[in-house]
Amino acid sequence: MIEFRDLHKGFGPKPVLTGFSLQVRDGETLVIIGYSGSGKSVALKHIVGLLHPDAGEVIVDGRAVASLDRAGLTEVRRDIGYVFQFAALFDSMTVAENVALGLRRRALAEDEIAERVREALALVDLTGTDDRLPAELSGGMRKRVGIARAIALRPRYILYDEPTTGLDPVTSAVMDQLMIRAREHLGVTGVVVTHDMRSAYTVGDRIAMLYEGRIRQVGTTAEIQDTEDPVVRQFIEGRPS
Amino acid sequence: MISTIGSKTVEVVRAAGRFGHFVGDLARATADVGTWPRLTVVQMRRIGVDSLPVALFIAAFTGIVLALQASYTFTGTVPLYIVGTVVGKTMMLELGPVLTGLALGGRVGASVAAELGTMKVTEQVDALETLAYDPHSYLVLPRVIAGTTMVPIVVALGIATGLLTGWLASLVLLDLSTAEFVKGLKFLYRFKDTWFGLFKSATFGFTITLVGCIVGLATRGGAEGVGRSTTRAVVYSAMLILVLDAFWAMILL
Repeated sequence: MIEFRDLHKGFGPKPVLTGFSLQVRDGETLVIIGYSGSGKSVALKHIVGLLHPDAGEVIVDGRAVASLDRAGLTEVRRDIGYVFQFAALFDSMTVAENVALGLRRRALAEDEIAERVREALALVDLTGTDDRLPAELSGGMRKRVGIARAIALRPRYILYDEPTTGLDPVTSAVMDQLMIRAREHLGVTGVVVTHDMRSAYTVGDRIAMLYEGRIRQVGTTAEIQDTEDPVVRQFIEGRPS
Repeated sequence: MISTIGSKTVEVVRAAGRFGHFVGDLARATADVGTWPRLTVVQMRRIGVDSLPVALFIAAFTGIVLALQASYTFTGTVPLYIVGTVVGKTMMLELGPVLTGLALGGRVGASVAAELGTMKVTEQVDALETLAYDPHSYLVLPRVIAGTTMVPIVVALGIATGLLTGWLASLVLLDLSTAEFVKGLKFLYRFKDTWFGLFKSATFGFTITLVGCIVGLATRGGAEGVGRSTTRAVVYSAMLILVLDAFWAMILL
C-alpha cells in the first residue's frame, strides 16, 4: 500500500502541497485529477523519492521513503515502475535497450532479459520496433515504450504521469487500454495522474481530486461522477468559472 | 548593503555545501562497480580519442610558432639551439597542457554539460533513478574518470606533436640542424618537466568533466537552460584551468 501522510512541499515561496493525505490500496488503480500546476506530478515524484517533502511523509509498504538511505530507496524503486509524461526514453539507446535497462540493473541472465523485453513490447503492441531509436517513434509510440519499460520490471506498482497528455483521442484510448491490460496481466497497483476525465473514468477504480495543495474529494468513479462538490463538479464538467 | 553581503555569503556557503555533497556522492558511487567501469570505456573514447584531432591541430601550430618566435627573440644574442630548449620546456610545462586544457574545456565541457543538461530537463536523469541506477555512478563517475585519465594522454600526444612540428620548423625555416635542436631540447631538461605537465593535465581533465557534470545536472528550464549550462560549463572550466595552472606552478615549481 502507498500512503501520503500530511505531505507539504513548496518550491521557493510557493506552496504546492499543503497537507496532502491519500491512501492507494493494493490492486486498485487510483487516478489523481486536478488543474495544471496543482501538484499532481509533485505528489507522484515523492513516491519514488525524486522529491523530498518539506513535512509529512510517503509510506510505501511500511517504509517511509524520505528517511531511507540510497540502498533502501533502491529497494523501494525496484517495486515501482514509473511512466513519465514525455516518456523520458534514452535518446542514444534503441527501443529494446531502453526497455532492458532496468532489467540489467537486476543482474538477470541475457536470455531472460531478451524474453522480458519481447513480452513487454508485445503487451504494448510494439513487436518489431526493437532496433528503432526514440527519435524515429511518434509521441504515442514513445509513451508505449515508456509503459513497456515499466512493466518489463514486473513491479508491484506503476505510476503514470499524464499518460494521455498531448495525444489524439484514438491514441489516448489506446493508452487507456494498455493501462487496463497492464493491470489485468500483471495485477499491479496503479496511480495515474491526469486531467483527462475520459481517461480517468476509463482506467480508474477510484478518483481523487487535488485542489489547492490537498485532496478535495476521493471516491469511486461513480461517486465522483455524481459529486455535488461545486469545485469537483466544475472540473469534471470542464466548465469555466 | 549588509543584507546583500549576508545573502551572497549564504549563497556561497550553500554552493560549497552542494559541491561537498556532490563529491561525497561521487566517492560513494565508486562502490557501484557493476555500473561505471564499462561506461568509462565508452567515455574514454568520446573524451579522449575523439578529442585528438583538435588537440593535435592546436599543438602542431603551437610548436611551429614557438620555434619561430624563439628564433626571432634570440637571433644575434643567444645561441640558436636554445630554440629547442624553448620549444621543449614551453610545450611540456605550459602551452601543451594549458592550450589543450582550454580547447578540451570548450569541446568536452560543453558536450558533457549539454548532454547531461538535456537528460535532466527531459527527465531522463529521473528515469535512471526510478530504474534503480545512481546517476553519479552511471553518468558522472565514468566521465570524470575518463577525463582524468585521457586528458594527460591527449596532452602527451599534443606535446609530442608540438615538438615534432617545432623541430620541422627549425629544420626547414630556421636552418637549424637536428643535432642542434636535440641539443637544445636536452639542455636544462629535467624529468619534472614531463610529469609536472601531465599531472597538471590530469587535474584539468578532472576539473573539466566534473564542472560539466555539476553544471549539466543542475540545469533547469528547457532548451534555454541547456544553452545557459553549456556556456557556464565552458566559462567555469576555462577560469578554473587558469587558476589551477597558477596554483600548481606555485606549489610544485
